[in-house]
Amino acid sequence: MGSSSSRINSIPDAQQLMQETGFSAAHIVRLHERFESLDTERRGELSQETVNFASFVRILAHFRPAERSRGSRGGAQQELANCTSRKLQFAFQLYDQDRDGKISREELLQVLRAMLGIQVTEEQLQSIVERAIQEADLDGDDAISFDEFKKSLAKVNVDHKMSTGFLR
Amino acid sequence: MGVFVPCALLCLRSVFGLFGEGGHGPNPDRSTLLLRDLRGIKVKMEVFWAGVLWTLTIWLYLIIGLIMIPAMFGFSLGISEAYMTLLVKTLEWATLKMQKAQRDEQSLKKVASNGLILREDGSMVKELEELRRSRPKPPVGGDFTLSDCFYFSRRGIESIVEDEVTQRFSSEELVSWNLLTRTNNDFQYISLKLTLVYGLGIFVRYCILMPLRITLACIGLTWLVIGTSAVGVLPNWRLKFWISEWVHVICYRICARGLSATICYHNRENKPRKGGICVANHTSPIDIVILCNDAGYAMVGQVHGGLMGVLQRAMVRACPHIWFERAEMKDRHLVTKRLKDHVNDKTKLPILIFPEGTCVNNTSVMMFKKGSFEIGATIYPVAIKYDPKFGDAFWNSSKYSMVSYLLRMMTSWALVCNVWYLPAMHQKEEENAVQFANRVKSAIAHQGGLLDLQWDGGLKRAKVKESFKEEQQKRYSSMVVGDDSSGHSD
Repeated sequence: MGSSSSRINSIPDAQQLMQETGFSAAHIVRLHERFESLDTERRGELSQETVNFASFVRILAHFRPAERSRGSRGGAQQELANCTSRKLQFAFQLYDQDRDGKISREELLQVLRAMLGIQVTEEQLQSIVERAIQEADLDGDDAISFDEFKKSLAKVNVDHKMSTGFLR
Repeated sequence: MGVFVPCALLCLRSVFGLFGEGGHGPNPDRSTLLLRDLRGIKVKMEVFWAGVLWTLTIWLYLIIGLIMIPAMFGFSLGISEAYMTLLVKTLEWATLKMQKAQRDEQSLKKVASNGLILREDGSMVKELEELRRSRPKPPVGGDFTLSDCFYFSRRGIESIVEDEVTQRFSSEELVSWNLLTRTNNDFQYISLKLTLVYGLGIFVRYCILMPLRITLACIGLTWLVIGTSAVGVLPNWRLKFWISEWVHVICYRICARGLSATICYHNRENKPRKGGICVANHTSPIDIVILCNDAGYAMVGQVHGGLMGVLQRAMVRACPHIWFERAEMKDRHLVTKRLKDHVNDKTKLPILIFPEGTCVNNTSVMMFKKGSFEIGATIYPVAIKYDPKFGDAFWNSSKYSMVSYLLRMMTSWALVCNVWYLPAMHQKEEENAVQFANRVKSAIAHQGGLLDLQWDGGLKRAKVKESFKEEQQKRYSSMVVGDDSSGHSD
């Protein structure tokens, strides 16, 4: 009985993760269980990009439902991972794979190719990318910066669409 | 067994008698004293061992009289019913206490499910359209927006955290604790009484119930091997068939008592008949014991070595079962032919097959393999549902070996399950084997209150096929490019 308190202590950096991400102890324990069941080869990390448990939790933290702003907490407090701007940043980085702060034509093409596979032709892909860049690119540099990205998604309820309903 | 004990006593007497009457040595006083002491110890030890052996005898006779004989002849003395009633009352009391404690702590989360996340399972089309709501819809063709990624990343993360398929390969989580250590997830200390009951439960389960159950299981299995081999010696009269069925049922009944199984059969008029195939959902090897308690079946499976091999060879002597060598299993035609031959012989027992091919955790039914549905015989579907409150029947073969699984079963509270016999089904004219299999699967899932999944149980070990990913890509592409099929796969 009461084993979750002993389990949380066996997870490295658990307290720090809880503070950073806002997950409760019960959540961290369950995510750890899930991480271990996904990590079938017991390497302590997932997939070839070596995601260890801490990064796993940090990424998932982006998808926690955003809390109402706590008003004046005073000063420059550390932004939680699940605030709107961090969620947008996460989505931006899904496209901007070389992390240079801009979504280039080539990067958009790569992402679309991965999402559509062999179902569309190269010409169709090019025209889709062309249109997308034209719509979003406001300063004419043939790439989409983070601000342009934010503006084009201004009307989308990011908090709701990029949140997973964690229970308990 | 009753003969063994007096023999052992005689042996003991003779062994201790060897410490015979020693002669008197040079120092008569000291040696006589020593001998007297030795004799005293000898008598005490004799008494001790005699006591142990008599206890064992009484224990065995009690088991035979109170449990085995009623089990063999199918009536009940009411002991297990009393135990079950007591158990149910205790668990209800425990649940109430825990719920009260949760209410007191003002935990406002009303958990409807046991999962980690609450899913909003909208379709891809619906969700993407919602994301694009703020844009003007283009007149023709599809559309791509940067916000599309939200849908995919969210669904992806949801699946990473908890997906519908892999959770079927681990034990079901309980909504409220049932006082077993193994199902303790986040339950905390609540009251002294509860802890005492929990402790008492551990003592009862491990020190009283487990030895009892192990004894019964050993007796049952030994009887099975001996009985079926004995029957196998008889010539092929009709009598042999009746005796063989009787021996099988008796042994399975003893084994069922060895697991404290309470089985409730529904709709027995639909019981599988000869010349048919019985299909059921698979949770663990114990399903066989559960089903065979009520009727005789011909088993199908691979030839094993070790204890299983002994069982298989013994059973085959009494009545025909279908055991395949590992190499033969790969040959689909051979398998089909043997099954067909068995089914066409109207004197042979119905075949028992688990079309899922693997053990699933009894919350859902996974894809049925079409092999047994292609034979053209009558299918008798059976739904088996275990009650998770009394013990978890699922065999997680990657986590537990067979022996540790059986020990876990023997240290649970009990095994309670419902078996529904569904009306026989035949393949219709216009449906193929796969559709027929799905129809049977839905019927079983519906009856047992299980979720009907389309996924293959083989995903326990194998990776998902690429064709599923391509299907998703196809659907997305029709939203992006529109439905004009000018650009299909090159």
